Amino acid sequence: MKYVDEYRDVSLARPLVEELKKAVTKPLRIMEVCGSHTMAVFRNGLRTILPPGMELVSGPGCPVCVTSASHMDAFISMADRPGVRVAIFGDLFRVPGTKGSLAEASSRGAKVDIVYSPMDALDLAVKNPHELVVFLGVGFETTTPGIAATILTAHNTKVKNFTVFSTQKVMPAPMEALLSDPALKIDGLLCPGHVSSIIGAGTWEPLAKKYNLACVVSGFETADLLKSLILLARQVGNNDIKVENVYPRAVSWEGNLRAAKVVAEIFEPADMDWRGLGRIPASGLKIRDKYAEFDAEVRLDIKLPEAKEPKGCMCGNILKGMSTPRECPLFATRCTTANPIGPCMVSSEGTCAAYYKYGRDE
Amino acid sequence: MCLAIPMRVISVQGDPDDFTTHQLATVDADGISREVRLEIVDHWPAVGDYVIVHAGFAIHSLVEEEALKNIALLRELAEKTPEELLS
Ligand code: SF4
Repeated sequence: MKYVDEYRDVSLARPLVEELKKAVTKPLRIMEVCGSHTMAVFRNGLRTILPPGMELVSGPGCPVCVTSASHMDAFISMADRPGVRVAIFGDLFRVPGTKGSLAEASSRGAKVDIVYSPMDALDLAVKNPHELVVFLGVGFETTTPGIAATILTAHNTKVKNFTVFSTQKVMPAPMEALLSDPALKIDGLLCPGHVSSIIGAGTWEPLAKKYNLACVVSGFETADLLKSLILLARQVGNNDIKVENVYPRAVSWEGNLRAAKVVAEIFEPADMDWRGLGRIPASGLKIRDKYAEFDAEVRLDIKLPEAKEPKGCMCGNILKGMSTPRECPLFATRCTTANPIGPCMVSSEGTCAAYYKYGRDE
Repeated sequence: MCLAIPMRVISVQGDPDDFTTHQLATVDADGISREVRLEIVDHWPAVGDYVIVHAGFAIHSLVEEEALKNIALLRELAEKTPEELLS
């Protein structure tokens, strides 16, 4: 088959690496925004072949890592309430709040179910009519449409005991907040693939213009990533700044308009707390009043507690691309993937977890 | 989370313009078939197309040619170590 041959040739990577060397003509810092990119960059060994002068820093793109400690505490206290069943994506299970984790809540009898899809949480509600099921919505633009569609389905099928606690976040707003900080010097963004599949490559254009920021929307394979890095280096080298899309097999310029319609029906923009970044205006999504019966914060009258970050944990600076995990005194000593202290180590897409798994010897 | 493998659409049900219908597709990946939701897919797929799935929802549909290219790439890379890919 033609396409297999095209990619079977492993020497494919070598010319790309050579090309990257040539493309880097001045020092540049690139931020990979998405946690899946961080993992892919490590797994493929790309950090080991970066030409001198090119630096890759990780951004705030791991949804579990940017979930504030106060949200974690609210999740846990909710799970402890009688008659409540909490449904979560697995990554959230072991994330510590100020007083333990959902895993610990579960071991003392709280009902915590790990689901693969928000639709599974809706099924749980149908199967457990005497409990209030709360799906903990933690994610970015890729996850939001599925949650919106699930709420719409609950509405259409008149399920009364299904709710969502939305900490859904959007990507462009925190990037703007980061970039406006002169302490963070970034020349280009490796823009997230599947987030862009929903919101469209064009979303990055205002940022590219305003901050003179090279932007390339990338897929997750070695060839995708190398090609993206080459284009980023060329944009900076030639001072030809724009948005390029090397992931057209999943991403269009205008994005997924059907998904946008479903999201707009259910959600409206809201201020949102981010771990490490604080409260950012219009960086999150809340459920519209019309669908308030599906809003766990309304149904359970939740007040967000004040929360402190785990002592000594530097996740905040790491999420801003200002520090690397190796600068954290707890890294690989007291904080490991088996015994995580902060969310950047718990999440499979967290920067500390990536460094711990792949990058300790660098 | 995002390393989605395109899955082949075997059957489609529901009305793309009516969210009160069950918008579902049965898909196949490596001989395992399962159901995915179609409420938020960018283009309504036809049987034989492929979809990229995120948390039980198809988010993007591809025609066969694009998808085969994608699948081949994923398979190849899964079998290689970084040393093989970069040496
Ligand atoms: S190594 Fe652990 S304690 Fe240090 S910043 Fe990362 S998650 Fe926090």
